[in-house]
Amino acid sequence: MNIPSELKYTKDHEWIAINGDVATIGITDFAQSELGDIVYVEVETLDETLDADEIFGTVEAVKTVSDLFLPLSGEIIEFNEALEDEPESVNTDPYGTGWMIKVKISDVSQVERLMSSEDYKALIGA
Amino acid sequence: MKNTALTSTHEALGAKMVPFSGYNMPVQYEGVNIEHETVRNAVGVFDISHMGEFLIEGKHALELIQKVSSNDAFKLTIGKAQYSCLPNDDGGIIDDLIIYKIKEETYLLVVNASNIDKDWNWIQSKNSMGATMRNISEDYSLLAIQGPKAIEAMQSITSHDLSAIKFYNFVVDDFAGIDHVIISATGYTGSGGFEIYCKNSEVKQIWDKVFEAGANFGIKPIGLAARDTLRLEMGYCLYGNDINDSTSPIEAGLGWITKFTKEFTNSEALKTEKERGTDRKLIAFELDERGIPRHNYDIIDSNGNKIGIVTSGTMSPSLGKGIGLGYVPTVFSTIDSKINIQIRKKAVSATVVKLPFYKS
Repeated sequence: MNIPSELKYTKDHEWIAINGDVATIGITDFAQSELGDIVYVEVETLDETLDADEIFGTVEAVKTVSDLFLPLSGEIIEFNEALEDEPESVNTDPYGTGWMIKVKISDVSQVERLMSSEDYKALIGA
Repeated sequence: MKNTALTSTHEALGAKMVPFSGYNMPVQYEGVNIEHETVRNAVGVFDISHMGEFLIEGKHALELIQKVSSNDAFKLTIGKAQYSCLPNDDGGIIDDLIIYKIKEETYLLVVNASNIDKDWNWIQSKNSMGATMRNISEDYSLLAIQGPKAIEAMQSITSHDLSAIKFYNFVVDDFAGIDHVIISATGYTGSGGFEIYCKNSEVKQIWDKVFEAGANFGIKPIGLAARDTLRLEMGYCLYGNDINDSTSPIEAGLGWITKFTKEFTNSEALKTEKERGTDRKLIAFELDERGIPRHNYDIIDSNGNKIGIVTSGTMSPSLGKGIGLGYVPTVFSTIDSKINIQIRKKAVSATVVKLPFYKS
């Protein structure tokens, strides 16, 4: 199971890459393997400002629908539109071309509450 | 939780196992989409040994079958199979099934795993004529070998000319080194192929030889998730989703297996229904926009009023769009009608289409 050490994580199996006050967000390798073939990523919250833990979108596998929770409060400034045609990127490259959104973080101190790769490893028993 | 004779084989192949109708079953091996494509373009093998099998025998066998089933089993000759359903007394369906005429006065009924006990008790309750009934579900295994290359790939392991078995016909012959196997030209995928019935003790040898014979044809094991996307692309009903105890065969589009050439359970009421037409119908629809319809999503009209419910839905791997089945009032059921599917907060436009979704 690939869990890059430079990323932050949530108990909802999302990863967060912090770059200044912008966070790039996707779902983890563990999450994609549990979901199976991903066929649709829907984000209807572009340009909206949401609180942490609010639903920013949904990811659909063949058999399941899962909500995506925003790990940090902020404005959704970008959606990875390439996923509209290639949602399978979330399976094949979850930390790369499978990224989902970019968020302008409202309160950078919230980064503190995210999980480290070690904590996440312990969570999934990897 | 019951296992099939192949459970450890699936686990060794790395299958993701899930509980299904009381059995521990493989839902996927490599991935739903690749498994789906394998069946559409080459050949794939499903272990569907959870399915139930009843033998109905004796001089009253046909009489019992005619009484409980909607299709006309009188038309069956030895070596032919028939899709049928068991109507209940209240206008609904107990189960859908396949009936095989094995020999004179011997019929094999293949039923859904989730309904084995219900079907058995129902048929037994109607057996006033005294046909002999045997539930052999626990003793028999069932493999579905499906796909356009199934005939070519499997010809090397049987002396029977597979290309000579017509759709919904079967033979009892040698297969994979085992004598007296039922080789049936049936399936639930729309891509051709066979279903193989054998004893539990024989299925591992058959499984292994099938994979050896299919190696050069790209054969793969296929899980239940792809079984569902494959059947849905054809518009085949799934019991528990599209048909159940309260849906009539007429409104479900199963009029073609509801034959009024004989009397059967609730046949008078169903005949009236067929003549008068039903208030609602099972329709097939494709989404006009992005999105995936799912079981139990609401179907709404252009004013936002709920008019029906989605009974099955998925992202079609072959078409690359959202497809589904659902019940709507008959007025909305004509081909090209526009409906909407409520997907979370959004009403997504959809068009009523003709089945099958996938045309090979």
